Amino acid sequence: MEQLTILGKPFIPGLARGMALVSAVPLSFWGGFDWKSGEIIDRRHPLSGEIAKGKVLAIPFTRGSSTTTAVLLEAIRAKTAPVAILTTTTDFFFALASVVADEMYSKSIPLVAITESDFSRLQSGDEVKVTESGTVIVTKANNHVEA
Amino acid sequence: MTLHLTETDQSMLRGNEGLAAKMAMSILVRMAEVAGAKELLDITAAHIDSTIYIGDAGLEFAERLAGLGAKVRVPTTLNVSGLDEHHWHEWAVPAEWARRAQRQMDAYRSMETIPTWTCAPYQTEMKPKFGQQIAWGESNAIVFANSVIGARTERYPDLFDICCAITGRAPAIGLHLTENRAGELLLRLKEIPEALQRSDDFYPVLGHLIGKVALDRIPVIDGMTATPSEDQLKALGAAAASSGGVALFHVIGVTPEAPTLGAAFQGNEPKERLEVTMSLLRKARAELTHTDSDMLDMVVLGSPHFSLAEFKQLAPMVKDKKKNPNVRFLVTSSRAMTQLAKQAGYLETLQSFGAQLTVDTCILATPMLPPEIKHLMTNSAKFAYYTPGLLGRTIAFGSLKDCVNSAIEGKIVRDESLWNS
Repeated sequence: MEQLTILGKPFIPGLARGMALVSAVPLSFWGGFDWKSGEIIDRRHPLSGEIAKGKVLAIPFTRGSSTTTAVLLEAIRAKTAPVAILTTTTDFFFALASVVADEMYSKSIPLVAITESDFSRLQSGDEVKVTESGTVIVTKANNHVEA
Repeated sequence: MTLHLTETDQSMLRGNEGLAAKMAMSILVRMAEVAGAKELLDITAAHIDSTIYIGDAGLEFAERLAGLGAKVRVPTTLNVSGLDEHHWHEWAVPAEWARRAQRQMDAYRSMETIPTWTCAPYQTEMKPKFGQQIAWGESNAIVFANSVIGARTERYPDLFDICCAITGRAPAIGLHLTENRAGELLLRLKEIPEALQRSDDFYPVLGHLIGKVALDRIPVIDGMTATPSEDQLKALGAAAASSGGVALFHVIGVTPEAPTLGAAFQGNEPKERLEVTMSLLRKARAELTHTDSDMLDMVVLGSPHFSLAEFKQLAPMVKDKKKNPNVRFLVTSSRAMTQLAKQAGYLETLQSFGAQLTVDTCILATPMLPPEIKHLMTNSAKFAYYTPGLLGRTIAFGSLKDCVNSAIEGKIVRDESLWNS
């Protein structure tokens, strides 16, 4: 079973485990993520129609609307959010949603920044474990299926 | 690197300035640490995007702050809300939804803010000045304030804007600092006819293209031979902040921090260069239309909110004409701008044409459209970008004139002459 260990920077530390949902295309959550269902609804985005709820979402950073934070906050409250988000920059919009969710509901989701080259090794379907220290342990999907 | 806080910051954090200031400062400090700020800086104005009702979490956040007695410390304008407070009954807005959106409006209004309810605060009396440090939410307002005015705000999300307003502070990061305002990539217009550059639909298309190329970087546009109007730059910015995460752009010879290429790049070399050709622009324009049919139920104008100059431009186009009875024609704007348009006589002309007006909000922020409205047309790249995902409806993009002609014809018609040249 092929495993990768990625050393990331945990800008909101936490523990999570889930299947990866990966795209190199940035996403706005407002108009791009339905917090009621957890579906990605940006019809121009490669992940359109995918369910991000319960997954480890990997996108480089947010784009577009300032309301992305508010949408992720709703999702954390409604339990439709990804279990963790991996980005290539310290994404302020995601971080704020997690900080406010912690402030309001004592719930936050871990956010980890990884390098672009590590990001390019991720694929949708990989099993991902995120640790408090920002280490991301990835079990590749292909090998996982064979095992 | 550690965050240095002043005595006042620490006093707020301890709760000496009230519980609302304590909560706001606590969020501010945690985020300043996430962003790697060394200190906070004073802001002298704020614009709050958190006014848009999305769901109960946003409402609970607003009511928590209001309940703790939150008051803003700097002049603070409010973005669109989730409701046209006085006219929502005329549309398909569910009553329960309206009640919650109204509560969210009331919460933000209680904080001694200025209830402008507009996404174009830069076209109100509260327009900031060159060099002014501000904390603004709303992607189109952020990019306009930074680029067209030269005021300084980082790309702030909802919920953070109000924390800055309550504390009068913001992290000293990003676009607040001169060194982070230099251009990063150079986009040179190549053989773009001046007639097209003068046309209003050029700017949203160019903005859409720039957003996709620049993503979160600072683009510099060179080679513009026409002089764009304020509303054209507004359309460009709104588009670039929808398809990308652009919070600042420079146009050589047009925007205040870009008299020359050297000034725009602060003496650095561009990290990347791209020629903007007609072929790229045609492709970007095609992407803004999300339908293959010419069916039309409604024309929507006013994202960002329609300005007085836009009312002035539209009025003669519709004068003594009538729209097709099967098509609705909606303009969204602010209360203040609508009042000015009324005084100038433009509203009467629009109403004789059959146009409707909505204030305080827009089609993306309130569930106002009845189910029978399925096919939309707009001159706004922002409406065009978000409509398929947010509203599940088709949308076609055209110039203001195309939108008027289509409303009269009852189907989507577009003049292709400038785009085929």
